[in-house]
Amino acid sequence: MVTGLGVVAPSGIGVEQHWATVRDNAVSVSPIDGYDSSAYGVHVAGQVPGFVPTDFVDERLLVQTDRWTWMSLAAAAMAMDDADYDPAEHDAYDTSVALAAGSGGNAFGQKEMTSLYGRGPKAVTAYQSIAWFYAASTGQASIKHGTKGPASVLVTEGAGGLDSLGHARRVIRRGTPTVLAGGTEAGLSPYALACQSVGGMLSPGQSAETAYRPFAATADGHVPGEGGAVLVVEDADAARRRGAPQVYGEVAGYAATHDAASATAPSEDPAQYARAMRLALADAGVGVDDVDLVIADAAGVPVLDEAESRALGEVFASRVTTVPVAAPSGLVGRLSVGGSALGAATALLCLRDGVVPAVGNLQDPGPVHAARGLELVARPREADVDVVLVCARGLGGFNSAMVLRRHAPDEEDPS
Amino acid sequence: MSTAPQAGGRRTVVTGIGVVAPGGPTRDAFWQLLVDGRTATRPITFFDATGFRSRIAAEVDLDFRAAGLTTHEIARTDRFAQFAMIAADEAVADSGLDLTGDGSAGGAGSVDHDRLSVSLGSAVGATMRLEDEYVQVSDAGKDWVVDPSYGSRFLHQVLLPSSAASELAVRYRAHGPASVMSTGCTSGLDAVGYASQLVEDGDADVVIAGAADAPISPISVACFDAIRATSARNDSPESASRPFDATRDGFVMGEGGAVLVLEEYEHARARGAHVYCEVSGFANRSNAFHMTGLRPDGVEMSAAIDDVLRQGRFDASAVDYVNAHGSGTKQNDRHETAAVKRSLGHHALETPMSSIKSMVGHSLGAIGSIELAACALAIEHGVVPPTANLENPDPECDLDYVPKTARDAELDVVLSVGSGFGGFQSAVVMNSLRARS
Repeated sequence: MVTGLGVVAPSGIGVEQHWATVRDNAVSVSPIDGYDSSAYGVHVAGQVPGFVPTDFVDERLLVQTDRWTWMSLAAAAMAMDDADYDPAEHDAYDTSVALAAGSGGNAFGQKEMTSLYGRGPKAVTAYQSIAWFYAASTGQASIKHGTKGPASVLVTEGAGGLDSLGHARRVIRRGTPTVLAGGTEAGLSPYALACQSVGGMLSPGQSAETAYRPFAATADGHVPGEGGAVLVVEDADAARRRGAPQVYGEVAGYAATHDAASATAPSEDPAQYARAMRLALADAGVGVDDVDLVIADAAGVPVLDEAESRALGEVFASRVTTVPVAAPSGLVGRLSVGGSALGAATALLCLRDGVVPAVGNLQDPGPVHAARGLELVARPREADVDVVLVCARGLGGFNSAMVLRRHAPDEEDPS
Repeated sequence: MSTAPQAGGRRTVVTGIGVVAPGGPTRDAFWQLLVDGRTATRPITFFDATGFRSRIAAEVDLDFRAAGLTTHEIARTDRFAQFAMIAADEAVADSGLDLTGDGSAGGAGSVDHDRLSVSLGSAVGATMRLEDEYVQVSDAGKDWVVDPSYGSRFLHQVLLPSSAASELAVRYRAHGPASVMSTGCTSGLDAVGYASQLVEDGDADVVIAGAADAPISPISVACFDAIRATSARNDSPESASRPFDATRDGFVMGEGGAVLVLEEYEHARARGAHVYCEVSGFANRSNAFHMTGLRPDGVEMSAAIDDVLRQGRFDASAVDYVNAHGSGTKQNDRHETAAVKRSLGHHALETPMSSIKSMVGHSLGAIGSIELAACALAIEHGVVPPTANLENPDPECDLDYVPKTARDAELDVVLSVGSGFGGFQSAVVMNSLRARS
């Protein structure tokens, strides 16, 4: 079960700031800082305002690591504070770090390549060997917090946050009681953004309102963003024994599939995405009538929005007209691996407070979704929320789905 | 302390092997190199290494088109993904599985594609391609705000190492869970270990499992220069990689890939597949010490070894061969010697332990899977690969490292260990089927 949340996202630093933004349905996308990105046809992004890395990372470590790792370390520290969990109070082997990764320390890598080609091989720093590679955040978090349990770094683009949480359950079932899962991404350096810009997935919109519009009839791509979330996932008995201050919910079901349709083009076929959702529900032992909320992937690309709408229609059948579909990512942009971790964290806050959030920046939804009867939530509202289905996809055909359930303290807990 | 359950009693076996390694880019050529104790390390030819501290590497010579890739596949992918595809093709062909249909025909080699998975390890993903593209879009580093119109239209895929897992999933229409596992230099062990967990847990019946890396490019060579991790024995490249030797001075960068077809045992038996060995344990631990440094005591690697032996239900004395990480750095070889002695006790002294990195170099995340391929082939052929270039014993490394010459030996239980930046320590145990009978 999940006992701690740490968030570093465009919607806020810390769980409560993020949650207030979601409840206010406030779009948190802004003009790209630091350089002129107009050559990439991209004007706005989800950037973390007021992120001061030295609040979380000491100066010595700061120079050895990329912004992506700063955000991971910040979210991990906040998640453990939230859970009142200190690995030092436990056997070192009882805690694992399993943060997913996306494009790694790309800003650091760009800087080092600039040195290499400008000034020669001796200008490349020692830290290049530990800052760019995809395991940097997991490794640094493990060292900082003294965790010796099994580490892992799954890379499945946007699905990575959920896959990390799914793997955390595997690690716990194999005997390590506590896992730091989730992940962050910081892909807004010029080179990383340039790479994304040729993929045809980014919106050319000039303002927050006109750019990333999930499920809109005229959707033209997403806004990239940075940040994500880290979650403390614990064995239920271990959490109970140590008196964890709260239980946000339990990881009741999880499944992943792959479209295996095209290495370069998004798939129109919703079959495998729907299968991931069905497998996750079956794994949790819940039916579609039990689901109170769906957190959608919300690609903001018409072919992918349509595939998601169709997948939900197939899985939920007649129930699709009454299950609310939300997408907090519409508020912050798509954070790649960090996005699905943030989606899961947000779902757990919905369980805690009984809130159905909205599809962020929902504008003029496409008629196909309406015809299917999909309830795309326009404004957050209070509601009983006991079971949430969180869905995520990664570029290249990765599909993941996770069922998060309110924790019933009297029942035996499978996670 | 973790111990894997034998979930539902599902066991994982290896039914296919594919290898692209320096010195001969096929499974058979790779195995012959190891049996002969030849080395594939040489001066770097991929770029002009003048001005670099380490100017040697183990490079793969391969015509990717002749090996079966299309021009489009080559155009859209990095070299590491190409290694993965070629190794996977060889492994799948070796397994006798027919992955061309949709599985509905139900022939002997057919599989349910919904239960076919991909687990690919890689430490640095498409770094080489990212660097090549960067030179173009930045005008050789001059423009911080780069111009992508000088780059490939597949840059988004290149940015994300996960694209290589997608390439494999699409190639075999694998609709089960697919992922890249990127835990630095233990990626190759961890990706196969993770795949075995997918089989054990019932998430897949067959997994295309392996790893690939192609790090021989200026940025990677320069960063290992900066921490003096690589050998500077530029005058004698063929004998530069000398694990456990008193004169060792670092690893020699390599590249390549290996893929194992992992299959649930009953699934393999039902179709009468040839089984190389069982993967009966996987464990990993972190040293929580340093991103690149290792304490000499090897405690955490030893904890991983103890766990895999527990999972496999083998006594330490059952281990017939240890495939070492053996990178050839001062720290590493001492560290893992201590770890193996800690776990195997007195039995460590009479157990052969060798490092194939002496011959094929250290291909970062790929090498773990290449080493597991070597272990499976060692069980199959009853041969212990040697540690090449081991001339001068190091008092701190006092085990039987099988210097220079391969040995015939019946191998039933084989242990492979790995260690990586980030503090990661991994272990895998493989066994012959007769070890269970």
